[in-house]
Amino acid sequence: MSTATATEPQQSSAPTDIVRNWKTPVILAVLSVLALLVFAIGAPDNSVTFRLSAPNDALVLPDIVLSAVVTGWVTAVLMLAAAIWSFRLVRSGRKVPGWLVAVFAILFIVGFLTWVVGSARTPNVALYGLLAGSFTLAVPLIFGSLSGVLCERSGVVNIAIEGQLLFGAFSAAVAGSLSGNAFVGLAAAAIGGVMVSAVLAVFSIKYIVNQVIVGVVLNVLVSGLTGFLFSTVLSSDPARWNSPPRLPIISIPVLSDIPVIGPILFEQSVVGYLMYIALAIIYVGLFHTKWGLRTRAVGEHPKAADTLGVKVNRMRFMNVLLAGVVAGFGGAFFTLVLVSSFGRDMTAGQGYIALAALIFGRWNPLGAFFAALLFGFATNLQYVLSALGSTVPNQFLAMLPYVVTIFAVAGLVGRARPPAASGVPYIKG
Amino acid sequence: MSADEPGRQTRKRHERGSKSAVDGDEQRLVAAAELGDGTQPPPAVPATGESLHPELREQQSVMQRIVTGNALVSVLAVVLALIAGGILIALTNEEVARTSSYFFARPQDMLGAAWTAASEAYIALFQGSVFNSDGSTFARMIYPLTQTLTVATPLICAALGVALAFRAGLFNIGAQGQIIIGATLAAWVGFSWHLPVGLHLLLVILAGIVGGALWGGLVGLLKAKTGAHEVIVSIMLNYVAINLVLYLLTIPAFQRPGSTNPISPQLDETAMYPPLFGDTFRLHWGFIVAILATFFAWWLLNRSTIGFELRAVGSNPHAARTAGISVTKGYVIVMVLAGALAGLAGTAQVAGTEQVLTAGVAASFGFDAITVALLGRSTPWGTFAAGVLFGAFRAGGVTMQTNTGTAIDIVLVVQSLIVLFIAAPPLVRTIFRLPEPGQLTAKPRKTASTGGAA
Repeated sequence: MSTATATEPQQSSAPTDIVRNWKTPVILAVLSVLALLVFAIGAPDNSVTFRLSAPNDALVLPDIVLSAVVTGWVTAVLMLAAAIWSFRLVRSGRKVPGWLVAVFAILFIVGFLTWVVGSARTPNVALYGLLAGSFTLAVPLIFGSLSGVLCERSGVVNIAIEGQLLFGAFSAAVAGSLSGNAFVGLAAAAIGGVMVSAVLAVFSIKYIVNQVIVGVVLNVLVSGLTGFLFSTVLSSDPARWNSPPRLPIISIPVLSDIPVIGPILFEQSVVGYLMYIALAIIYVGLFHTKWGLRTRAVGEHPKAADTLGVKVNRMRFMNVLLAGVVAGFGGAFFTLVLVSSFGRDMTAGQGYIALAALIFGRWNPLGAFFAALLFGFATNLQYVLSALGSTVPNQFLAMLPYVVTIFAVAGLVGRARPPAASGVPYIKG
Repeated sequence: MSADEPGRQTRKRHERGSKSAVDGDEQRLVAAAELGDGTQPPPAVPATGESLHPELREQQSVMQRIVTGNALVSVLAVVLALIAGGILIALTNEEVARTSSYFFARPQDMLGAAWTAASEAYIALFQGSVFNSDGSTFARMIYPLTQTLTVATPLICAALGVALAFRAGLFNIGAQGQIIIGATLAAWVGFSWHLPVGLHLLLVILAGIVGGALWGGLVGLLKAKTGAHEVIVSIMLNYVAINLVLYLLTIPAFQRPGSTNPISPQLDETAMYPPLFGDTFRLHWGFIVAILATFFAWWLLNRSTIGFELRAVGSNPHAARTAGISVTKGYVIVMVLAGALAGLAGTAQVAGTEQVLTAGVAASFGFDAITVALLGRSTPWGTFAAGVLFGAFRAGGVTMQTNTGTAIDIVLVVQSLIVLFIAAPPLVRTIFRLPEPGQLTAKPRKTASTGGAA
């Protein structure tokens, strides 16, 4: 480190404290070599068509046709250049800028998409459908991670996202079926989420049980409870108990005709719109209101907050309950939008993915939103590609989102720092 | 702890009534926090007293009282969970629903039906997990117990891994993936290598350990080198592992010849754990390995330098670093060990219980292991006992479902309620109106301050 300070002291703002972090360059190099080998050298001799709009849309955009070989080489070479540049930057003691990583990520996605679609039997994909589907699949994940954000920012670890989603889905299905009204189901989902939250809050705040224990146990409890009721009550008379009506898809006139982003933003179910509203409210609320400041204070330094007159445990209690509402809506997505019946363990670990998205997004609502989108995109890509007849084994496609996440978390995101008091019970005195 | 507090406490005790139960737990937490492990999982972990400072001797007696009180609380927690489960069984029973239509005319019909439904289910659970008095021979009678231990074997091994990681302050959700990779490697050595008796099994066990250790070590390495959060990485590796084994079971090297199903060939006879009590029982030597693993984990944590360092890292990483302990090395070591233990669980599955590799080899052992470790309060022998208990629930649950038609999911409900109640002694004490232990020295606090808006 001392040589760096001697040779290039003028380039560093803090010459005595240069810490070269080779993590990012190494990961970029590995990925770009991979890209060179697979996307460029292994490129199929094909041209790939990306369709931007459906033929009967109001505004039809022309298709994008790319040669797989040319695209593969161009993206791989650009990625290599970015990796080399990041090595040079780090060697001279500077940090790799965020935009470089972002550009690299976009190049990688373009290269990968062209390669993987090009090697499918029908090298023709509807980009608008791919993106819209990603948003749809990401909806429960986003609700789940927002629930996590609310809890963890106020100092309560929420492992129980899975349980909240599952119970939300269950409540929505039962209430929706009994009443025959999807909106009653939606409200019941919120109540279901709050019920799980209430147990979490009572045990972790009132009885000061370790929060990780409560979370894990709640997931098992909800899985067992809903599974038991499913196989006894719901299966005995599915028409009465387990056939909720679906929430309608509402498309906003004119706006939903905008190519690509129209179907994403303006052609959603009520749950989809609620997701955008919740995201906006929580983001603005957390960083621009008194409530948000107090929430963050309670999560970072409860003693200081208490000294200034914030009721720490009351704050935490309310936020955990609120998180239940949010996660409950996410659960409703499964039974009122995706399919119209409840199935045993139908959330299938999505709550844990939401937890990962929350950490990946660094406990920030927007970060969690984009991380969840990445998962949604990867999951949808897998469906689309297996429909196109891809030559890559399906299992590897299924693995992809998780491998990408590991790379991203290890190489690009860096040391995740949770709210300081997350998981620490607050005892006054 | 000012001098006048005990006096105030005595005056206030009567007014506070049952709510004061909260303070007992709080007291324990305060004590734990003062010992520097307030943030650790299981707040009530081993209050052995050996680590207590002399100046906390007064609290030591309090803690001892809590510990002695905990045995009763644990029993009551199990009773409470069973009652709750029984109510659930009764509520969903058709006979109960039928008799409830004339509840006000003849209430005893419905209550009788409810009692029958719940008690029959629990008797079946007991008969399926411990002792079947209907058996024709003694072997048939104790067969359920050996089934319990067979199911408990992988559960114990994997839960030990989770518990070790907990003690070092890491949350290892990745036991599932570690079991799968361990099982895959062990199975591959088991069916594709053909070696003499003894050596073969040894290599199978070793392969399982290596597989699990690799998968777990990767988590530790990434955590140590890049700061990647172990929860994300281990969840992601679970999915990678399951997809990897699904893929492997489609290629000729792993798929059973002549089969189109995702199933491997059977392992060689030489590669399998011999049965422990003859061919009548499914219980195999893997259970002995699980006992040895528990002993190893106990020795490691309580008697070795590495174990001390791991506990130090878990209690307070900053203090550990100041004391010259390498935190990053600790993370790698503990995850390698945790993975290795989960790998043993995978070995027990392929070389003992299942004898083939399928995608469902890990069942849900990896996730159950977390609950088991939590119930065992992350101590090796506690985890062992919890593993046997959960094994009994699993084994008995199957019998219960076939004999009485009670869905096996009720077992999950009872299991999770047990953990929840055991983790919150004040709640159990409040329900049973037990006196709060350590009442004499408990600090006078306002209950509202701990209860928040509750």
